[in-house]
Amino acid sequence: MPVPFLLHDTLLRSAARHTEKAAVIVEGHAYTYAQLQDAAQRLANALQERGVMRGDRVAIYMDNTWPCVVSIYATLMAGAVFLLINPQTKADKLAFVLDDSDARILITDGHLSNVFLPVLAQTEQLLGAICSGKQPEADKVESFDTVLTATKSAEPNISTIPLDLAALIYTSGSTGNPKGVMQTHQSMLFAAASLSRYLRLAETDKILCVLPLAFDYGLYQLLMAISLGATLVLERSFTFPAQIFARMEEQQVTVFPGVPTIFAMLLSTHGREPLCFPSVTRVTNTAAALPDDFAARLRQIFPNALIYKMYGLTECKRVSYLEPELVDQKPGSVGKAIPGTEVYLLSPDGQPVPAGESGILYVRGPHVMLGYWKRPDLTEFMLKPGKLPGERVLCTQDYFRMDEQGFLYFVGRNDDIIKTRGEKVSPAEVENALHSIVGVREAAVVGVPDELLGAAVRAYVVLETGSELTEKQIRQHCLARLENYMVPKDVVFCADLPKTVTGKVSKKLLLETKS
Amino acid sequence: MLGDMMSTEAKIRSYILENFLFTDVADAFADSDSFLERGIIDSTGVLELIFFVEEQFGIKVADKEMVPENFDSVDNIARFVQSKQAA
Repeated sequence: MPVPFLLHDTLLRSAARHTEKAAVIVEGHAYTYAQLQDAAQRLANALQERGVMRGDRVAIYMDNTWPCVVSIYATLMAGAVFLLINPQTKADKLAFVLDDSDARILITDGHLSNVFLPVLAQTEQLLGAICSGKQPEADKVESFDTVLTATKSAEPNISTIPLDLAALIYTSGSTGNPKGVMQTHQSMLFAAASLSRYLRLAETDKILCVLPLAFDYGLYQLLMAISLGATLVLERSFTFPAQIFARMEEQQVTVFPGVPTIFAMLLSTHGREPLCFPSVTRVTNTAAALPDDFAARLRQIFPNALIYKMYGLTECKRVSYLEPELVDQKPGSVGKAIPGTEVYLLSPDGQPVPAGESGILYVRGPHVMLGYWKRPDLTEFMLKPGKLPGERVLCTQDYFRMDEQGFLYFVGRNDDIIKTRGEKVSPAEVENALHSIVGVREAAVVGVPDELLGAAVRAYVVLETGSELTEKQIRQHCLARLENYMVPKDVVFCADLPKTVTGKVSKKLLLETKS
Repeated sequence: MLGDMMSTEAKIRSYILENFLFTDVADAFADSDSFLERGIIDSTGVLELIFFVEEQFGIKVADKEMVPENFDSVDNIARFVQSKQAA
């Protein structure tokens, strides 16, 4: 099998080597590499038969399921570009993403039909939907299983090259609407290889994934497992920890990727009844900083594991990692650039920054995005001219400092994005939802420290005179529009919001008045 | 107390409506609906739910009992609570 050029070539290579090995184990049910290749090729042919062309977008709005895994590879095999939409997404945002991406086909789950059916009717560019599980009665919606059995499994013909887009990864931004990060086949192949190298992954690994595949670090667990010929142990979520613990034992999982909220839940459970997973040899944290004392405490639960602290952003997948042997020597650091990439700090006016002083972090490497889909203005803000003619580097807009040995320390964000239980929440997006409620005159959203969530979403609301809206009603309205994790944990009613001299709401003053 | 007159299912349902869906509309979901599939509860919500069940029904939930068979729907919780109370 030749060296993979395209992201899905890795599946073909692994399937040739490990035909009968489990590629993914979904909630205890094993699917072999041969089954994954067969199902993905069938669905790829079906997508082409339904009119999907090279470079078209296919939206996958699903839980962590077998059909979701198949759909990701099928989209690539059809020469198309996949985008994953979190299954918590509500109708308005689903419509926005389908529209923004010009998605041609929606692949989804029957239990989400309450949300997607009304959206289908109003999304003109969509050719149709393919739905797994319980079938809703609707035009243009076909059954996932029926489509697969009715289609041939021959390898589809495509003319994709490594510079073509493989995925749009939608991420929240400070402007309110999410934006699609464009990643090519070669950048995603590179990122998966770089991560696999520093995480010291091998084909013998069994990688647990409880993170949503719609979250890029969840997605990369799948991409890395398939690329290595390893096995992904896929669970729907971390909602029922006991079920996950039983699965980890049963499958003798070797890699545990998480976010700080998951580790906080693990430590809290460990406090009630001791946990121990000797089979796990790597624990990786992303999305937000791991509190300093967590590493030592996690070693009680994972006595044989290397613990990785990392930093990244969707725009380049991953920026840096700390060698696990240095966790105790370099507390607070997120390490150095990942293999095959480099990072440096510049002052706001573009000058190099001396060791120990803070500057804006720049990232150079093949993992940097091509830009934001249809957003040249935002792309220009994040991608800057690099060292070589025509090259572009990523300006993260985040502040860091670097010590004498080149280790990075996070200083602060340049925007007001809230990181709650590992998810990015755009205050503007929540504020838009609040402003759409009749009776709300003004609203501002901030993150407040929270032991379990990292940050909790808090809304400050000024009501119209005479309005009798309650906190419960406001949260109910938000829940109808926003993903669950974006819904404010508490609502503070005030007579007025503090403003700066230019008339903008001062979030700094808001936080001060409350505390 | 009115609360004591309510069935186990009704108490659980009312807690879910009040704390996760922020509504009084009783038919927002069915007693057999999966919380996971309906997106009603996520990983941080399930701990709150378990604390509620322990306090409300005077039972102790062991970690290994925190599984979908016991907690993923109103019916499942009611069945679990009744079996614990009978034990």
